[in-house]
Amino acid sequence: MLIDHAAAARQNKQKHTLVALVENKPGVLNRVASLFRRRNYNIDSLAVGTTDDPAISRMTIVVDASKTSAALVESNLYKLINVIDVQDLTGVPAVAREMALIKVRTTDAQQRGEIKQIADMYKSDVVDVSKDSLILEVTGDETKIDAMLHVLSDYGIMEVVRTGRIAMGRGASRMAQPHEPAEAPVTAFGGSMAGANGKSRHE
Amino acid sequence: MKLTGAQIIWESLIQQEVEVVFGYPGGAILPTYDALYDYQDRIHHVLVRHEENAALAADGYARASGKVGVCMATSGPGATNLVTGLANAMMDSSPIVAITGQVASHLVGSDAFQETDVTGVTLPVTKHNYLVMDVNEIAQVIAEAFYIARSGRPGPVLIDICKDAQQKSAEYAPVTSVRMRGYRAIKPMRRQDMPALLRAAADLIDNARRPIILAGQGIKHGKAHDELCEFINKTGIPVATTLLGIGVLSEDHPLNLRMMGMHGEAYVNQAIANADLLIALGMRFDDRVTGNLSQYARNARVIHVDIDAAEINKNVPADVGIVGSVKDVLRDLTPLVSRRTHSLWMEQINEWRMDTRAHDVINQELPENMLLAPQVIRAIWEATGGDCTIATDVGQHQMWETQYFQHTRRNQLLTSGGLGTMGFATPAAIGARFARPNEEIWAIAGDGGFQMSIPELATIMQEGLNIKIAIINNNYLGMVRQWQELMHDKRYSATQMWTPDFQKLADAYGMLGLRATTLQETRDIIARARAHNGPVLCEFVVENETNVFPMVMPGKALNEMVRRQPAALGTGFETIK
Repeated sequence: MLIDHAAAARQNKQKHTLVALVENKPGVLNRVASLFRRRNYNIDSLAVGTTDDPAISRMTIVVDASKTSAALVESNLYKLINVIDVQDLTGVPAVAREMALIKVRTTDAQQRGEIKQIADMYKSDVVDVSKDSLILEVTGDETKIDAMLHVLSDYGIMEVVRTGRIAMGRGASRMAQPHEPAEAPVTAFGGSMAGANGKSRHE
Repeated sequence: MKLTGAQIIWESLIQQEVEVVFGYPGGAILPTYDALYDYQDRIHHVLVRHEENAALAADGYARASGKVGVCMATSGPGATNLVTGLANAMMDSSPIVAITGQVASHLVGSDAFQETDVTGVTLPVTKHNYLVMDVNEIAQVIAEAFYIARSGRPGPVLIDICKDAQQKSAEYAPVTSVRMRGYRAIKPMRRQDMPALLRAAADLIDNARRPIILAGQGIKHGKAHDELCEFINKTGIPVATTLLGIGVLSEDHPLNLRMMGMHGEAYVNQAIANADLLIALGMRFDDRVTGNLSQYARNARVIHVDIDAAEINKNVPADVGIVGSVKDVLRDLTPLVSRRTHSLWMEQINEWRMDTRAHDVINQELPENMLLAPQVIRAIWEATGGDCTIATDVGQHQMWETQYFQHTRRNQLLTSGGLGTMGFATPAAIGARFARPNEEIWAIAGDGGFQMSIPELATIMQEGLNIKIAIINNNYLGMVRQWQELMHDKRYSATQMWTPDFQKLADAYGMLGLRATTLQETRDIIARARAHNGPVLCEFVVENETNVFPMVMPGKALNEMVRRQPAALGTGFETIK
């Protein structure tokens, strides 16, 4: 079986990568997940981790834009109170990576050698060896990992775990985390009802 | 100043200028109710008879006052009973803050008595919610909750406060401003985009030959009534309103075509279907407004202005989408557009309007002993001169209210739009009573919806609230029956309704009960009810199998309506100009 790279590339164009900076508070992941469920959004992957600021976590979300409008996902994410900023990295220069651990069945030394060779071709490390198995660690974009899995499938894949995509825009630009939080008076009504406070501080 | 968490709750509410709280006590909120004892002179608590009605009353208060409504309940069942009211406020963008007691923080997650994961349960039906376990967070969280509830697109915010946080003490200083890292009331647009978008909108408006404005509740929330008037007086563009947009422009304004959608008058929907430009202001293209989306206003370009970025391009793609408050956008847009009259377009619309009027005969040749619901609505309008606040329930009477009551005052109709919550009218009228102390208030409900609200008659009596309740009794769940008649071959499954003797019911609660079965009696009891200084329960026994027309059947295009029968004789029932 051959991988249709052109088709994969076409499909990939429909994959929008959204990055969200969120407050690192209990329940925030639940709010994001609940939004996707509630709006019936199709999400391919969601990766969450901490950042250099312990109060902020970063999510990378891959949306299948053939089924779901990425702009609407972005707007709805933005509406969540704990979401600080959202950026659609699709169409801007960005680095996107995924990591996988792949456990492959091995029966003899010769097979182990072959698998090691394949692993080298994918710049992949062997991170665990047992009498009957190897665990390979590989990093790259999804198509690279897909291709490696395809090649290894003849040997018998026992387990796979993938992190889902993480991504970052290239160059010196950064997401808007250091901005001053909007300050709003506690009572005054008319102005804040029209959102003047939230708006005026932004460009 | 060291205060208990419970005291901090009341101090914070007073600082937010809260005058009235609708609530129901219980174990986990007990410390807060104990503290209330010392705050009774500064904040009025209304004891409802079911927590759902606390949330709906807070919603009614919010709609009538333009301020944040507040409701309170205990943990577990108290909090879960709020859910319908929260969902109602969420769908209709009503600013309310709900405070619920939660079990003590060390018991959270242990399935303690009356413990429910309230933030989990209410997550999809609130704009935001909080679980507070630490007394030191209470003041800050309440300040944030009020700001979130009322700013941007308003909505309900729930604060779940553990019992031990209410009991412990902390240093209290009034919170004078809130800073939230993740919250912007309005999603910011790039500043350089705005002039281009306004220019593009102005060009579409200047070049349109059959434009129409679709006016929604965002105009009310943004207090953009005057800006809308200025805009249409300059551009001459007619206005159709959504259900919740009723009251953003007087219905006697010559450019106000009145309500659009499933039960909008035929000429309004014809105008939308034939328009070449839709200018949607603070509305969200609900399915009840658009009918079949694939056939909706097929020849129209679309300008969509909304404070919520997530509404732009959600249901109807916009040629020009502007995220912002309608007030700000119209203020900037009006100077850019040309002064026009659109006389040809208005002539066409008026032709459709005359045709609609020819269809509008509902009571001619009626036998003396027959009464139709629209006559009741019209009689209330005539008796009050339209000078009152109306809270409706959901169903046929609600749609007839929109058709046969001419709304000339701003925001005089309080009704459950998005969620369609039966049992809304009575608690909403209770809430409105506190927001508008000097106004005549009518709650209009069907016999079905009213029976969901009967316990609140006790609240009305305990509080001595002057509310006139009109029950439009057709012994059916009328709108459901109408759908069964039109779509299910008259198989009236579970829609026939036995009703109690409402006069005896009123008597049992110690309020005046009146009953009418003819038009003359209707006029008489409305006059008696208005003359009576106190709550009145009026029952109007109407024909039980009449339908609301026109109607856009589900899945049909907006201009494919089931119409009323054309008039055979005379003008009969007078139509609203």
